[in-house]
Amino acid sequence: MTVIDKAPPASYEGDVRVVRRRLGPGRRFRGAFWVGPAVVLVIWSAGSATGLIKPAILTSPWDVVVAFGVQWTDHDLLGDILSSLARAASGLAIGVITGAVLAVLSGLSRAGESLIDGPIQIKRSIPTLALIPLFIAWFGIGQEMKIVTIALISLVPIYVHTHNGLRGIDGRYAELAETLDLRRGEFVRHVVLPGALPGFLLGMRFAVTSSLLGLVVVEQYNATAGIGHMITLAEQYGQTDVIVVGLVIYGIFGYCADTAVRLTARRVLAWRQTLEG
Amino acid sequence: MATDTRGLTTAPAVSVRNLHRSFTANGGVLNGLDLDIGAGEFVALIGRSGTGKSTLLRALAGLDRDVAGRGHISVPASVSVVFQDSRLLPWKRVLDNVVFGLRGSDANARGRQALAEVGLAGRERAWPFELSGGEQQRASLARSLVREPQLLLADEPFGALDALTRIRMHALLRKLCEAHRPAVLLVTHDVDEAVVLADRVIVLDGGVVRTDVRVEPDRPEAELRAFLLTELGVEGEGR
Repeated sequence: MTVIDKAPPASYEGDVRVVRRRLGPGRRFRGAFWVGPAVVLVIWSAGSATGLIKPAILTSPWDVVVAFGVQWTDHDLLGDILSSLARAASGLAIGVITGAVLAVLSGLSRAGESLIDGPIQIKRSIPTLALIPLFIAWFGIGQEMKIVTIALISLVPIYVHTHNGLRGIDGRYAELAETLDLRRGEFVRHVVLPGALPGFLLGMRFAVTSSLLGLVVVEQYNATAGIGHMITLAEQYGQTDVIVVGLVIYGIFGYCADTAVRLTARRVLAWRQTLEG
Repeated sequence: MATDTRGLTTAPAVSVRNLHRSFTANGGVLNGLDLDIGAGEFVALIGRSGTGKSTLLRALAGLDRDVAGRGHISVPASVSVVFQDSRLLPWKRVLDNVVFGLRGSDANARGRQALAEVGLAGRERAWPFELSGGEQQRASLARSLVREPQLLLADEPFGALDALTRIRMHALLRKLCEAHRPAVLLVTHDVDEAVVLADRVIVLDGGVVRTDVRVEPDRPEAELRAFLLTELGVEGEGR
């Protein structure tokens, strides 16, 4: 028994159709990315305004805005934001490039796989944050330690998802490439990399948020600038509103970065016919 | 061993001698097969499932490096394969698929011309998923022919198409082969297709050539068809 929805109202006389109930997510609407966060913000505001959320539990959104203004004018918030971004971006860049290169090496050669895959899986089961004491011993408490930690923490998801995407490429395409007498470099460029791209982009989404996670932790160590530094100071002086400013900034970083990756993915994966649409 | 090279004055494009291939220790798929295909000759290979048609084609295509066996194969320098699935890379537009791996600065121009030849002019920028099954297979034919192969290997290229599309593809393939004159080995399970397209039909059985007949213009098609069906062992099954 098929269930058929009522036909939508005909736009003009003579358009009569039967329309199936839609099972996919349907058409996209504008600004869809912002609806969820906006709802959270509305609930937060309503809670604070009605007194359901006490200021001691969570600062109200408007107090956060005030604290943001104070930090911006009196404490060089922009400088903190920029140095945090620079740290996360350089660590992420190193991690992403290394992870992708290792994934291709290990995905395309058995020798590479036996050398690379094991150590990465072992590294995966050791929380990077637990390695920080060791990194401090190796690199000191300066910028190198912070960037290495962020790089390592974002390398793993890139490696795992790119490798998985690469190995998921239909073997028949490799066969086709063989019959077309492709060189290995051409094969990597035209078959392996595009085929692994969906996996890589998924890894990228994890890597971006992981890099922020790493940022939060490393900035607790001897930072003289950065959002983490701001939070650490606020903690010492008991300024909850400033802590929330830091958290909100981390959240905005993460959400914007993730959205950027998703929008990129939608553009570069236009060849796919999926529910993403 | 019925290897027919009558009427051929030049050296054969394809020569296979005493070819053995087996996937298991007991019992081979190909058991000492001999075959010659002349330059520009269109050979159809038919046979029941498991008689080694695809194994032979893959051996000629050089795609059986992991299969045990021995024998002697010689093929031309330029070989193209048309698979049953069109095997277009989903992340490349149609033209980029056609010229995929093609070298030379005029590659794109040649690709456009090949697409026009198979009736896909104007679809150069389409993604493969936007094409119908028949159009995808035509694009894959264009990809093979743009390389001007001396040998075209086709493994049931029309098997996944509907009957009407298949008839149109037959006409297209004949036209293309007359224009480009590659030697062709077409694996099919469709006797009608073999009779309509080929100059010569080979029936494979037990990993060797069982029958090798020329499609003579003066021989009634119905009679040849009946003969081939008998050779395939489906005589009197309501055909």
